[in-house]
Amino acid sequence: MKHLRLWQLALLVVIFVLWHVATKPGLIPPFVFENDQQAAFFFGEPLKIFGRIVDWFFANADIYQHLWVTLLETVLAFGIGTALGLAFGLWLALSPLAAAIADPYIKAANSMPRVILAPIFAVWFGLGVASKVALGVTLVFFIVFFNVYQGVKEVSPVVLANARMLGASQRQLLRHVYLPSATSWVFSSLHTSVGLAFVGAVVGEYLGSSRGVGYLILQAEGAFDINTVMAGILVLTVFALLLDAAVGRIERRLMKWQPKSGETEKL
Amino acid sequence: MPAPDPTTALSLANVSCTFVSKDDPGQRYTAVRDVNLTVGAGEFVSVVGPTGCGKSTLLNVAAGLLAPSTGSVTVFGEPLAGINRRAGYMFQAESLMPWRTARANVMAGLEFRGALDAAAQADEWLKRVGLGGFGDRYPHQLSGGMRKRVSLAQTLVLDPDIILMDEPFSALDIQTRQLMENEVLALWAEKKKAVLFITHDLDEAIAMSDRVVCLSAGPGSHPIGEFAIDLARPRDVAEVRSAPRFVELHEAIWGVLREEVLKGYRQQLAA
Repeated sequence: MKHLRLWQLALLVVIFVLWHVATKPGLIPPFVFENDQQAAFFFGEPLKIFGRIVDWFFANADIYQHLWVTLLETVLAFGIGTALGLAFGLWLALSPLAAAIADPYIKAANSMPRVILAPIFAVWFGLGVASKVALGVTLVFFIVFFNVYQGVKEVSPVVLANARMLGASQRQLLRHVYLPSATSWVFSSLHTSVGLAFVGAVVGEYLGSSRGVGYLILQAEGAFDINTVMAGILVLTVFALLLDAAVGRIERRLMKWQPKSGETEKL
Repeated sequence: MPAPDPTTALSLANVSCTFVSKDDPGQRYTAVRDVNLTVGAGEFVSVVGPTGCGKSTLLNVAAGLLAPSTGSVTVFGEPLAGINRRAGYMFQAESLMPWRTARANVMAGLEFRGALDAAAQADEWLKRVGLGGFGDRYPHQLSGGMRKRVSLAQTLVLDPDIILMDEPFSALDIQTRQLMENEVLALWAEKKKAVLFITHDLDEAIAMSDRVVCLSAGPGSHPIGEFAIDLARPRDVAEVRSAPRFVELHEAIWGVLREEVLKGYRQQLAA
């Protein structure tokens, strides 16, 4: 569809207009709440929210340090979690004994609601960046780990036998067969894990911090400033979309060997 | 036991393979039993037999991918331990690395060995199998026949002394197949390597080989007949089929094989 973006944008505008009409005090008679201030109190007003965002980015320009902290936490959590997941996934997938021993612990650690670890990490690593990174890592690690594990287990036995017949050593098998095969699985999980790294950072900030977008939201919530809370959520959403798009770009570049359907062109 | 002979490229002596089910060790299946098979240096030997008779098992044993339960494998007089380094293996199923381009796939073996001119050699081989302009394509962008040619180049670029082929063309249509068969014969005639060729297609076996070995139906299959193919070379696999000697040989081998094929079929129906 040619005008897809246009339609998507139109839908966004419609949503904001409806939001505006439904919440602006005095614009339409209240139909859910008792007086016309309450809708704005509970749901915020789009115009004020945008004003808030403009203040953050241009007028006061004070959000950058918070965004930077959140971004740093996300990227660190993502990088460390992915590296650890990759290393452990490869190790356990290639060593059945280690996998058999670790199996119940991996399952237990994965099924534990890891967000509750945030207070512990705050005690261990303080209220700075490190505790948020630790939380993000525990979220990212398992996603990547399970995908790598699966990816190595599902390497085509014929491709593997072929590489061995071509003379690949154990190291070369790892580098040229297991790793590329696992990366396709890792990439399918990267979108999820980038999102989770972000969740880890924001939730960590929300539970106790002195900087970051999560901290801004927490402050505003304490003051019942719903417009600032909504503004923070919008900024986080746009941010998450940008991160996701970045992963998508990297994925397209690295995974060009994967078959895609519909490569013909209508002339 | 005969003394090791360096003119024998590959020799399987009293090889048996019994598979044990991992979940239930009581479940065993003997795929091949007491197989003696030799391939001379420069000889083209085909193994034919009913489906599921353990032909691929034999090839995996020869490649060193599978250790036999009993018996021994010798390669140019040396007992085989681990992967058979002097053999190239062309698989029945898709074996190219999907994340490598055609060129990178052909280069793979050379790269593993640390050859410096890998790219140049790979390009030369791609040209020889008629894929000169396709080096940058990924396997999924190639047709089935082209992928088989890349596999062929990938195997032959390493210049192995023994070539193992497991029904390499069974997935191809008849025209492409005959083209590929002729190409393989031409390449083989040039280099005179030892070839162990597995197929279920008797026509293909006779048209290409110096010798055809028939296997009995499984379980516990073993050679039940051996035929020297004395058709003149060079051969064209399509034309040779109408030669009177070809028809004679076909009749003789089919006489041996027929009962086994039917037996194998009945077993599969009963299972």
